[in-house]
Amino acid sequence: MNAILELESVHKSFGGLQVTQNVSFAVMPGEISAIIGPNGAGKTTLFNQITGHLLPNSGRILFQGHDVVGDSPQKIVAQGIGRAFQIASLFPDETVLDNVKVACLSRLDQTRRFWRPVQRFRRATERAHAILEDLGLEKQADRLAFELAHGDQKLLDIGIALVLEPQLLLLDEPTAGMSPEERQRTRELIKKLWKAYDLTLVFIEHDMDMVFGIAQKVRVLQQGALLAEGTPDEIRNNKEVVTAYLGEA
Amino acid sequence: MKSGPKFSAAVLWTLMILGFALVPVLMRSSYQLNLASHVLVWGLFAVAFNMLWGVTGMLSFGQALYYGLGAYFVGLMVEYLGSAWYLPAIGIGMLAVAATSFLLGLLVIRVGGVYFTMLTLAFGQLAWQITFKWYDFTGGDDGIQGIAAPGFLQNPIAYYYFLLVLVMLSIWILKRMAYSPFGLMLRCVRQNPERVRFLGRRVRRNQLRVYMVSSLFAALAGSLMAGIDNSIHTDMFFWTTSGEVILMSVLGGLNQFFGPFVGAAAIIIIEDIVGAWTEYWSLIIGSIIMSMVILFPKGLVGELHQLKLRMMPPKARRSE
Ligand SMILES: Nc1ncnc2c1ncn2[C@@H]1O[C@H](COP(=O)(O)OP(=O)(O)OP(=O)(O)O)[C@@H](O)[C@H]1O
Ligand SMILES: [Mg+2]
Repeated sequence: MNAILELESVHKSFGGLQVTQNVSFAVMPGEISAIIGPNGAGKTTLFNQITGHLLPNSGRILFQGHDVVGDSPQKIVAQGIGRAFQIASLFPDETVLDNVKVACLSRLDQTRRFWRPVQRFRRATERAHAILEDLGLEKQADRLAFELAHGDQKLLDIGIALVLEPQLLLLDEPTAGMSPEERQRTRELIKKLWKAYDLTLVFIEHDMDMVFGIAQKVRVLQQGALLAEGTPDEIRNNKEVVTAYLGEA
Repeated sequence: MKSGPKFSAAVLWTLMILGFALVPVLMRSSYQLNLASHVLVWGLFAVAFNMLWGVTGMLSFGQALYYGLGAYFVGLMVEYLGSAWYLPAIGIGMLAVAATSFLLGLLVIRVGGVYFTMLTLAFGQLAWQITFKWYDFTGGDDGIQGIAAPGFLQNPIAYYYFLLVLVMLSIWILKRMAYSPFGLMLRCVRQNPERVRFLGRRVRRNQLRVYMVSSLFAALAGSLMAGIDNSIHTDMFFWTTSGEVILMSVLGGLNQFFGPFVGAAAIIIIEDIVGAWTEYWSLIIGSIIMSMVILFPKGLVGELHQLKLRMMPPKARRSE
């Protein structure tokens, strides 16, 4: 089987700071995997390079065999890479429903339509409600996005990404800032979505219950370099990882 | 509750159109007709401007450019070719503005933010300079007088109804746009352009579209103004004209579709009352508007809307 995402010796530095150092790994289709590492290890920066928000200094990033380095985020999202952000990236003054609906309209290529009111676009509306249902946000559909609790904003961000039907979905700390109960719920939800939407999923997380609970594979970043890669059990028993990262937790 | 918002929208439209339609019947002098005409033209100009600023977040300080172009196309064509050209000139002016706003838009949208504001201001002032200096062609500081509308439109009341129909039609079109998927996309561009890009949509393309739409209706407003006082002036290009629509939008409420229209009406009426009453009018108008903005930070319509929301039971707030 061919990898869906393949990084080949990716380098990135900000001035003198090496934030990605010779990172190479391959993600298999249908896999659910985690990226862990201390604050500032370069996890988000790695996502930014995969989605075209940052340009690596060198190396290749292959998505379905095609090098996406140099493509704009716009082009990359159209190829099937979706992403939810570390800080939920929403349209704060719009309703929860419209946040999802604008993504549905984009997906259906209806955002240039300028005459009929948004509510009358049946397919987009139905699709938006279905997504909210899946996320458990249906009851909040008519609230403004900025009024939502922090955790629900993060879910909504995932919802927007899901609408675009990505093959590969990147989640940046989906449970950050949530209460233990919310984390539990979100963990179950993400697992459910992974199956229901037939996704390849890569998530960054500091919550170890989530990492060791649902990831099939774990990659550890430290100071921009890939320190270890393996199954949850392998990582748990890796001496280097325990001293560098897990030990402190 | 289902038909609630729709029903009240229909009532508001009817009241507004009826109110304006009755002006010629109820007025005591032609002066009031003139005042109502000014409210309509500025109302359209302000609503069109707010598609740009309030909706999409692009603060242009140069929409006077298009307002002036609309007016001068009518003024110059009637002056040089005769009043039969009055109506065609409105259309030709709008076509010219479509082309101009497309080309200028490509340039000013590239820069964005404060630079967008400054660049639009610069182009507006440039047009003002040219009109001002090119005396032989434009009449310079004298402007153009005696612009006569053709045929029955020479009758002020007929012209008023002509104006009313075009303005209401334009506002209706803009309102449809504001609540369509295109309008939603524009609001999203204002709130989070990065995310719009990551929906696979082009931010600048949408900004260019709304820049053209807004400019087109600014031009229509300008061309309609030419027939109200039968004269036009270089002031229509001046930066204070661009500033005035900004003020109208702020006063009425940026986040409400009809806010700028109400803001336009308020400013014109205040100017009229205070102007007739004291010679220190600009000082007084300034203070009145400043206190209104401080008292009603969401704008007149925004505050009313807020009040309505507060008086409604929470359940009924859905779909507002
Ligand atoms: N645009 C930038 N310019 C300069 N430095 C940056 C930039 N973006 C990130 N950095 C730096 O790169 C390093 C890695 O940041 P990154 O956000 O990728 O960390 P992270 O692993 O996601 O951490 P966290 O767990 O806190 O989210 C940090 O030291 C950060 O300050
Ligand atoms: Mg991060």
